[in-house]
Order: sequence, then C-alpha cells, then structure tokens
Amino acid sequence: MTPQRKRRLIFVALILAGVGIASGLVLSALNQNINLFFSPTQVARGEAPQQTVFRLGGLVEDGSVQHISGAGSDLRVNFAVSDGAHSVPVYYAGILPDLFREGQGIVALGTYENGQFRAQEVLAKHDENYMPPEVADALDSAQKQAVENMKSGY
Amino acid sequence: MLPEIGNFALALALAAAILQGIVPMVGAQRGDAQWIAMARPLAWAQFLLIALAYAILTHAFLTDDFSVLYTANNSNSLLPVVYKLSAVWGGHEGSLLLWVLFLSLWGVFVAVFSKSLPNVLVARTLAVMGLVAVGFLLFTILTSNPFDRLFPAALDGRDLNPLLQDPGLVIHPPMLYLGYVGFVVPFALVVAALIGGQLDATWARWSRPWTTIAWVFLTLGIAIGSWWAYAELGWGGWWFWDPVENASFMPWLLGTALIHSLAVTEKRGAFRSWTVLLAIFTFSLSLLGTFLVRSGVLVSVHAFATDPSRGIFILMFISVVVGGSLLLYAARTHKMESGGQFSWFSRETLLLSNNLLLTVAMLTVLLGTLYPIILDALGLGKISVGPPYFNAVFVPLMLPLIFLIGVGASSRWKADQPGRVMQRYGILFTFAMLAGVALPWVVYGDNGITLALAVGFGLWVILSSLQDLIRKLRQSGSLNLSNLGMHVAHIGTGMLVLGVAFTSAFSIERDLRMDPGSKVALGEYQFALQGFEEVKGPNYTSTTGTVHVYDMNDNKIAILYPEKRIYTVQTMPMTEAAVDTGLFRDLYVAMGDPIPGTDGWAMRVYYKPFVLWIWLGPLVMAIGGLLALLDPRYRKLAKRARTALKEEAHVSESATARPAPVMTRSTS
Repeated sequence: MTPQRKRRLIFVALILAGVGIASGLVLSALNQNINLFFSPTQVARGEAPQQTVFRLGGLVEDGSVQHISGAGSDLRVNFAVSDGAHSVPVYYAGILPDLFREGQGIVALGTYENGQFRAQEVLAKHDENYMPPEVADALDSAQKQAVENMKSGY
Repeated sequence: MLPEIGNFALALALAAAILQGIVPMVGAQRGDAQWIAMARPLAWAQFLLIALAYAILTHAFLTDDFSVLYTANNSNSLLPVVYKLSAVWGGHEGSLLLWVLFLSLWGVFVAVFSKSLPNVLVARTLAVMGLVAVGFLLFTILTSNPFDRLFPAALDGRDLNPLLQDPGLVIHPPMLYLGYVGFVVPFALVVAALIGGQLDATWARWSRPWTTIAWVFLTLGIAIGSWWAYAELGWGGWWFWDPVENASFMPWLLGTALIHSLAVTEKRGAFRSWTVLLAIFTFSLSLLGTFLVRSGVLVSVHAFATDPSRGIFILMFISVVVGGSLLLYAARTHKMESGGQFSWFSRETLLLSNNLLLTVAMLTVLLGTLYPIILDALGLGKISVGPPYFNAVFVPLMLPLIFLIGVGASSRWKADQPGRVMQRYGILFTFAMLAGVALPWVVYGDNGITLALAVGFGLWVILSSLQDLIRKLRQSGSLNLSNLGMHVAHIGTGMLVLGVAFTSAFSIERDLRMDPGSKVALGEYQFALQGFEEVKGPNYTSTTGTVHVYDMNDNKIAILYPEKRIYTVQTMPMTEAAVDTGLFRDLYVAMGDPIPGTDGWAMRVYYKPFVLWIWLGPLVMAIGGLLALLDPRYRKLAKRARTALKEEAHVSESATARPAPVMTRSTS
C-alpha cells in the first residue's frame, strides 16, 4: 500500500466512523425527543397517546384559571385549554409565562393521564396578537367540524 | 422628503452593486486594467449610498417621523434615545438594511486592506460581493422597503417590542451581523480564486485574517445574545436550542472548522478542496440563517416577517449562490493539487478530526432545526424537536473535540509520535482528569461520568495551553502572536466548557411563592423579600421588588431589585430579572405573577455556579482571535507580497505571488 493510499484509507475510515456514530446518536435521540402536537378535540376523541410527552395547544378558557396554592410556597395552577369544540383540563406547577392570559393562545408540553393534562412547560409567545400556528389550525378545524355538524342536522 | 431620498439612495446603491458585480468581473476576464480598477471606487460608492439611506432612516427615528410606516411600527415618541437608535434594526426591514450596510462595509474593508493582493483577484472578489449585494438590495427594495410611507401619518408609534429594549440588544444584532455577513469575504475570495483557477496557498493566507475577524464578531454576537436571554427573558437559561439560536450557531461551528482547516491549507498545502467547500458552506449557512429568521417559517422572538414571498425570494437566492458556487467548484476542482503528505498521527490528522466533529455537530443541529419545518411543509404533521435531542447528540460530539484541542495544539505537523506527546503531557492530563473527578465531589458533593469528563477535559485544555505557552516563552523568550492567540482562544473554550459543566450540574432553581417579609433558603443562601413598590419609567410602569440576600453567617451580601414592567403602548408585561453576579456564582431573582387574593408573588429564585464563565469564555476566545489577527506576520507577508508583485509585474502580468514551495505534487 502506498502512503497515499494508506492516508486515504485512514481518511475514509475516520469519516465512516464519525458518520456512523453520529447517525446512531442522532436517530436514537430524534426518536426519543420528537413531540407531536394534538388539539383538544383530538385529545377528547382519545387520539392522543397516554404516558407520552406531547404538545397540546388552544385558547385558555375564560374563567378557568384557578391558583390552588394555599399557604405553602409551591405554585399550582389549574386551567382549561379549548379549541371551541372541546376543552381539556390542564394542571401546571410553576410560573406561567408573561403573556399567559385567559383567552390567549398557548402551547403546553406534557402528558395526558386520567383525563387531565399535566404540563411540564407552558409556552405563550411574546406578542399579544400572536397565535401559534398549531393553535390557529386547531381552532380552524374545530370550527369547520362544528359547521359541518350543523349542516348535517345534529 | 428625506425618506424619498433614502429610497433613491437605495436604488442608486443597487445600480452601483450591479456595476460592481459586472464591470470588474468582465474586466478581469478580458484583462482590461481600467475595468478592473473600477472595483474599488464602486465598492465605496455602494457603501456610501447605503450609509446615506441608513442615516436617513435613523434620522426618521430620532425625529419621530411616524409618516414612515416602519418608524410608526417600531418606535414611539417616549422611547429613550438609545433605544430609538437600536430600534432602527429592531424590525425586519431595518435589520435587512443593517445587513446590506455591513455587507457593503466589508466590501470597503476589502477594497482598503487588499493593496498587496493581485488586482485581478481583488476585482473578482469585490465583484462576487457586489453580486451578493445585488440579491440583498433587490430583496430589500422589492419586499421589505423601510421607507414605505404611512398615509395619513400616525399620531404616535406602536413602540419597539419591549423585549428588545435592553442594553444587550443594542450591541447583539450589530455584532452578530458583522460576523454573519463577514463570512462573505472568505466566500468571495474562494469564488474569485476558483474563477481565476489559482487555488494555491495564497488565497488561504489571505482568507485567514478575514475568516478570523468574522468569527470574532460572530462569537461575541452569539455570547451577547445568550447573556441577553439569561438576563432579559427571565427564564434563567443561557441557551435554548431555539431555531434562531441554531441559525447563528451553525455558521459558527463551520466557521470554526474553516479557521482550522485554513491553517492546514496555508501551512501545509493540504485539505485544499475541503477548505474551499467549507468557505462556501459557511457563508451558505449564514444565508440559510437569514432565510430561517426572515422568511417567517420559524416563529420566535427574532422572526419578524410572515410574508411568504420574502421566504421564496431568499430561498431562490440561496439556491443560486450555493448551486452556482458548487458548480464552479466542480468545474475547477481537477485543477487543485493534492497537498502535502502526513502520517496517521500528526497535527493534520488531529485537525481533520476537529473538522469532522465540528461538521457532524453542525449537521446534527441542522437536522434538528430543519426536520420540523420539512415535515410540516410536506404535510406530515406538526412536531417539535426539543432541547433533549440537541443535548443528547451534541455533548457526546463535543467531549472528544475538547479532548483533541489539547492533543492537537501540542502535536507536530506532518508526523509525530503519540509517545512524545504522552511523555510531555501525560502528567498534566492525568492531573486534569483526577481534578475532574475530585473537584465536583469536593466542592459540590456530587459527580457523574459526563461531568467528570467535561471538567477534566476543560482543565486539560486550559492547562496544556498554559504549559505550552510557558515552554515556548522559556525556550525563545518571546511569543509569536498567532500562537498566543490560538492558546488564548483554546483557554477561552476550556473556560466555556467549565462554565457549562458546573452550571448544568449544580444550579439550584426554585419557582415558589414569596410574601413580603418572608424568607427562602436556597443552598447556603437566604433570600428575604422586603416588599414591592410601584415605579414609573419613561414608557412603562413597573412593580419593583426588594430582595435582601444573606449568606451562611447571616451577612447581607446583596440587595436585588427584580421588576415586572408593563409597557404602556403595547400593554405587554416584561420580566426584568435581578442578578448578583460573581466569578463563581450568580444569584438570580425574577418575578412571575402576583398570586390572586394575596400579597404574594410567584418568584423564580436561582443559584447558578460558574454561569459567568459561559460568557467570559467566548470573550477570551474572541480576544484570542484578535491577538492572532495582530500577528505582524500578516503585515510582513503583505509587504513581501507587495514587493514580489511589483517585481513580477515587470516580468509577466499573469503571474501571482506564490508561497514558498511547501507542497509537492503527488502522483499515485
């Protein structure tokens, strides 16, 4: 083997090893860390997985926000997220973002257990007029559904 | 009237850019000295015209001219003057204008600091930069004109987004853009060299300082952005793997790879095609970042535009730039000689590993950033890729890289023996690794494998750099600046690694309810909330808390004033965290919401060890880059090249300054 070939072989081996390790890492990490989005209607229909982290989005229902912290120092909040057709109760322990308000579009990351969504993270974007695209879609499809239901005489 | 002049100046700048893109290029092809000589004046003209437009827009902000739509959307008569200045780039249109202003500024820098480059190469380089400017000026004028009028004029403006009203945000965008756009110079140099077919080590030598200075700005820009997120967003985090952060981080990763591969190409003549590709892709990633941020495909604090036509324009522009330069590369690559030989254990191999790791890291970030966008575009559902993905992939790639820094910087070019490196650095390495195991245990009472490796490697990089510096100083009594710069930048990297490791492992974060008069214990600190008061600012009202912090022995060590502001125009609440900064720990208090029916507030109280090092590290890295730039070698080279040019000009016209014959053409 000429030194040139040997060098090339090392090059190729190094690159293959690097790419191999990286793709292994990437695939397993991607598998575990993709979070799907579900609307309240989908959750109500039972399409959302149990015990898997996913994102839930919709509007914070008017009058649903309840701070349940008593004298203790922990922060617990109950509220409901709705897309107009269905609403899902959400439990969250922690500080809500600056723009969290009733009637505001939000996205929550968490798991769905026993009829309640336990949020690990609540996101409200930093613009009062902004609507997360997923939430806009969810509201839209819930509304279309309602119109169709009306037409078909429910 | 003035805004119309600004508009006109932009149109003239476009004309100048078109001429700059065509005349010197054709001149270089034909060998027409007069056309070639047009490059520098045209670069100046383009810059002065854009600077005029920029000055007029700034004037509109300072004089509260709300008949300009962009001013009305992003300013307010009550906005403090310094934020009026930074509001100029606070929205989509203005930030694009800043982009093209910097692009033309780099053009002027090239025109001024290239006296020693062959005129033909300068002409082609400036022409390529002119063509890039044509794309961005067209984009500005056609889709995002900052001078569009509002009729009738608004009585007052809608104010700058309160998030952007922060001192960090006054310097973050200009730094970041200077870096982002700065990679256009190595790109243009490479394309010019490809067109001319002269891919010897000259362009590598000339590209090095330009790449380094762009990298310095980008490093500082990213670090300041991270600091702003920490202090302003009130979440206490320093990196969120937000797509927009990634958009600036990807060119940084590849730019770092480029700096290292340019070193090999210049010194040893090896990796030539690879370096060319890196230069092309680094700038392409800058463009991709602009696309991601400006097209509205991403939604974040940074994304201003949601106009699809803008996205399509940038996407087409990227395809032209990347496609064109890759075609050129394919056409010219056979002309490239393969470089010097090196053995399996040498600085070349180690730098190759560095490049591989950085490139793979960039690709994983790219995948995580684009995956949701692509799935969404294909209608396959809306997903998000969270920080756990990036952490899981990134950390295992960075650890070996950090380890290799110490080995690479201390090994020899061409061929080295592992035994020699072991002999010289074995003890130091063992010491660093033992410290990595022991230090977290002793100080914080806990440790783990990743943490021990990170701390050990971080210390190893710092110590090996210091040892090498001391050894060189003893041997020769002086230091050469680029070597010093390299070691300083590596020490900065080590500091960053230590900061990340300790902060990630030992932060204490508590979100809890605090009532006036109550006390909270956090580690060895006590936080006592005194009370709240209402304060009125120029364009906001604020609820300001007073928190006294005591240490173990009940000594008062800090008084913190966290704020919750409501900005009057946009009625947007904003959290201003209060931080007591120290070299070894930050104490951090931010206000959440008032708890209804009580005097209490939800508060974030954090203890963050070594978090300052996360920004000190990049600062030291940037200083290292600047030191390397100051190396008199570049000036000497410039002088030598100039004299060589003059001599050669007598002999023949086409010859260019060739470096010392370090590389041999190898045939197999």
